[in-house]
Amino acid sequence: MDAIADFFRVYQTTIGVIGINALLALSVWLTLYAGQLTLGNAAFMAIGAYGSALLGMRAGVPFPLGLVLGSFFAAALALPLGLAVFRLRGVYLAIATIGFGEVVRVVLLTLPFTGKALGLNGIPPITELWQIYLSLAIVAYVLWRVQGSTVGRAWAAIREDEIAAASQGIAIRRYKLAAFVSGAAIAAWAGGLSAHLNFSIEPGDFGFTRAVQILVFAVVGGTPSVAGPIFGATLLTALPEILRPLKEYRDIFAGLILMAVIIYLPRGLVTLVELRKTRRLEEIGAADVA
Amino acid sequence: MAEQLYNAIFVGSIYALFAVGFALVFSVLDILNLAHPVVFMLGAFVALFFMSTFGAPAAVAAVAAFLVTGVFGIFLDRVAFAPLRRRGAPPLSAMISSLGFAIVVIRLTELRYGPDLTSYPAGSLPQTVVQIGDARVDALRLLIIGLAILLMAALTYVVRSTQLGRDIRALAENPRAARLLGVDIDRAIAATFFISSGLGGVAGALLGFAYNAIYPQMGTPYELKAFTVMVVGGMGSLPGAVLGAYILGVGEIATLVFLPAELAELRDALAFGLLFLVLVIRPRGILGHRVADRV
Repeated sequence: MDAIADFFRVYQTTIGVIGINALLALSVWLTLYAGQLTLGNAAFMAIGAYGSALLGMRAGVPFPLGLVLGSFFAAALALPLGLAVFRLRGVYLAIATIGFGEVVRVVLLTLPFTGKALGLNGIPPITELWQIYLSLAIVAYVLWRVQGSTVGRAWAAIREDEIAAASQGIAIRRYKLAAFVSGAAIAAWAGGLSAHLNFSIEPGDFGFTRAVQILVFAVVGGTPSVAGPIFGATLLTALPEILRPLKEYRDIFAGLILMAVIIYLPRGLVTLVELRKTRRLEEIGAADVA
Repeated sequence: MAEQLYNAIFVGSIYALFAVGFALVFSVLDILNLAHPVVFMLGAFVALFFMSTFGAPAAVAAVAAFLVTGVFGIFLDRVAFAPLRRRGAPPLSAMISSLGFAIVVIRLTELRYGPDLTSYPAGSLPQTVVQIGDARVDALRLLIIGLAILLMAALTYVVRSTQLGRDIRALAENPRAARLLGVDIDRAIAATFFISSGLGGVAGALLGFAYNAIYPQMGTPYELKAFTVMVVGGMGSLPGAVLGAYILGVGEIATLVFLPAELAELRDALAFGLLFLVLVIRPRGILGHRVADRV
């Protein structure tokens, strides 16, 4: 038992960050599952992080309420934003959301009460591991249930063929917006948790690099199922720790692994698990049907 | 005022050289090449290598940067994009693959030159200042502006009026039809990457000469600016990218001149606000002729 307790103490931060990254990966999974590439979730994360930290430090708002309010701000902002940007698709949608993310980052750099480039320091580190993993469990369970529901099937239909989906009477804009707004709320929630785990935040933490990182977690893990983003976030967050013996070469290996996964495992890391299932189906000659 | 305008043209020229290569690959292969900023950075370091190791003059080093990064672009395509293209993978995969490639190259450069600012060997860059009217102008930057415009004119000529350019345009229009018509697709793709990366590399070297300070992450800010430039001008349009670049250059210098110093950070918000507005109001940009990918 001592060994396990030691392990948790040494890697406590990493374990917390893994859970937060898994939440972020799920937040972008929502839009990806509906076939939409958006890169605004780092900005929503920033809104949750700054929102809950400022409310707690300056107004004495209790932590859980701060998290809720942060998520609410993000969702309230995502709604009009989504109305504007979902006229676009593909790369255009991605670039528009990158533009939004950069505006948020620069505004955080300029506002008088956000600490500008230095960010906020001395945020009380009150996030507990169980809070992160409880949030993750709830979000993952809800998304898993939603995936199998009418809403989930509507998202899949939009992803496969938007025009066909529309002709079947699916309110495309509304479903896309639902995915985007709930993704924003989840990202903000994760941002609030992360701010109170890390002691300090600064605008640079939530830039383009972060947006891409969140996307990479989801895509490398695999977007066909809810398990994929969680798996991807876990592996890629733990990777620097696992590769620690490689010292200064570890980023190089991380980059190479990223390329290898995207080139050789098109449906993400979860395909490794599915591979066994497929083999079994091939044995009985039913792979095509499945 | 004249000095500011000239600064705007200088910044715009670098944006243009960077964005034109970015836009070329996007228009031909529909790939957002996230390794383009790395090629830009590499150009600056290749020039440094030739100047410090062989004592090459800056002009020779710039040519070397063009050739080496051009060939490097073909290598990039073979490693990061070709396997995905053969499988018909979605554009998102290409983006992530090029991102992995970029991480590897940045890290390798950091291992060799360190993550901090490096400058060119002392005395290797001309430091003449020219007096034009009442403005004092750095001759090197003037030269860089001229060279950038020359390179873009050459690119226009190659794409519009040569057989290679016709092949590239056919490929952009419809790869399968182009192959049926006897276009050597592999050669056209290699040429696209050679030109795109060569121009990106030269842009990096020229910017390095102008500021005399280069570092492995120097391409990243330009990547975001290039998105704005391409969208404002019209996604995938080469003249649009050039126009967008100068608009952004002038816009940025204007905000620098007219905004009070404590709001200087808003300079970048302006660029991305502009990006956002154009996308929402007129997604095809100023010169984009193809209908934007929208519902």
